[in-house]
Amino acid sequence: MTDVLAIADHRDGELRDVSFELATAGRALADETGGDVHLAVISGPVDDFADGLALDGVDVVHTVEYGDEFNHDVYVQAISQLYETIEPQYVLVPNSVNGLDYAPAVAARLDLPIVTDVVDLDVDGETLIATREMYGGKVETTTELDAGTALATIREGEWPAAEGAGESSIDAFDAEIDEAAIGSTVTGFEEVAGGDVDISEADLLVSIGRGIEEEENLDLIRDLADALDATLSSSRPIVDAGWLPANRQVGQSGKVVTPEVYIAIGISGAVQHVAGMKGADTIVAINTDPNAPIMDIADYAIHDDLFDVVPALIEQFS
Amino acid sequence: MKVLVTVAEVATVDDEFEIDGTEIAGRYLGADLNEWDDYAVEEAVQLQEADIADEVVTVTIGPEEAEQTIRQALAKGADRAIRVWDDAFEGVDLLDVRAKAEILRAVVEAEDPDLILTGVQTGDDSWMATGVSLAESIDFQWAAVVNHLEHDFDDGVAAVRRELEGGVEELTEVELPAVLTIQTGINEPRYASLRGIRQAQRKELEAKSLDDVGLDDGVVEGSLELTAMYEPEAESEARVWEGSAEETAGELAELLREKGVTA
Repeated sequence: MTDVLAIADHRDGELRDVSFELATAGRALADETGGDVHLAVISGPVDDFADGLALDGVDVVHTVEYGDEFNHDVYVQAISQLYETIEPQYVLVPNSVNGLDYAPAVAARLDLPIVTDVVDLDVDGETLIATREMYGGKVETTTELDAGTALATIREGEWPAAEGAGESSIDAFDAEIDEAAIGSTVTGFEEVAGGDVDISEADLLVSIGRGIEEEENLDLIRDLADALDATLSSSRPIVDAGWLPANRQVGQSGKVVTPEVYIAIGISGAVQHVAGMKGADTIVAINTDPNAPIMDIADYAIHDDLFDVVPALIEQFS
Repeated sequence: MKVLVTVAEVATVDDEFEIDGTEIAGRYLGADLNEWDDYAVEEAVQLQEADIADEVVTVTIGPEEAEQTIRQALAKGADRAIRVWDDAFEGVDLLDVRAKAEILRAVVEAEDPDLILTGVQTGDDSWMATGVSLAESIDFQWAAVVNHLEHDFDDGVAAVRRELEGGVEELTEVELPAVLTIQTGINEPRYASLRGIRQAQRKELEAKSLDDVGLDDGVVEGSLELTAMYEPEAESEARVWEGSAEETAGELAELLREKGVTA
């Protein structure tokens, strides 16, 4: 039991980036345990996926052909059977929305300890050492699992994507799926970030977060966007509160944006938000908290009250 | 229909803080109702107001001090609350997912709900796994990261939307009984009214020990141990503009003009 089993993520016929990151994380872990890396892909066009997953460092790609779309009941059954067959030491799953929809159930079914949203992994003998964040990223923690075997979900974007074709063998795994045990059905998908404005096309984004405090204060930011001829966007809480529509949300569950300039106003910089805007050419952060995570990726920073700075900036352009 | 909502009291942290061993020093900590659970409570109360839920019960794993937070959920409309705690929890740094699911399983077996709502995650330790783990252990169906729930339950099915990455929602039908983990934004959590706060003081809040729910102390012994806590190294290479708001705004204006902003 020294092998690592990792589960690829895909949607709408395409592998998601985290699948390649899992191959890297799996290889690093298997180098510590002395085992092989098994990468499994379940449902969808698995034969096509297998070609893409035969990466340098991956020993075996397991394909489980069953249905077109993700279904957590199918995943739980298939992964449990793969686990019984391969007997890996560690199972790695993306900490994605779908990963979180099956990984805890797999762990419960196999009686494995689970550690989630891991940003780094190490092994010391039989101990898995996981680095995680707590309190919204304010602290990092080290958690040790002395269980011998474990399941870890890894945060997207924390490991480099594996590249280069490997000499992986491809194994069509014949999972026995009990259809009577499938209790949920995916009936469709819907884009929610459509609408009149496509923030992913904007060159200059003025983006607002919790720091705006009240809905009526949004007028100030609208005035700034008008003065700069910029597009208005926001972090998640503003959309959750119904102050802006979903098509204005930047982040993991919103839009990925790549403007020339991104002005983050009153945004703390939660990892889910950063995932959507870190590709901006120039990032300017206006926030009273100099330790806010947004400062780690900002190119320019103003540690001051947005209600003082924004009117002064509007003044500069009027 | 009986709806069970898991409610956690989470630690909140000041902007400035110090770490003491594997904890943030207590003087920098506050306590609040977990944000994601607030949405779950609201969804349950809306089911009650739509005459779909006959009873909304909250369950919390937490010490007596958590009762103030639990009363918030009662003030917002939950009918009664259960709190599980035991001396065995004292000194446990990290209650792992298996332990939480096992304790909640014991409560579910006694309460026999039709629907369980949990927050997607907690704001402090952020495990994101308890709801789905619970569903598997009690043989319920489930859906994770739900941001819309249809309130009709035709043919014993919950029609939900799951919020995927990149602004895509998945439409899924889940057979009841089920556990749904609730994402923020599914509704607008209400503030507790003064009347609600007064009423909450009279609502039942039952404290149970592990023994009361049929478990022994061993349930808290997980294989996870929190061994270190530290502030992430600041990676900021940002050029910080200093001075008055007028001065810093002037610096930013100059940068924007360099970038071609002429409006």
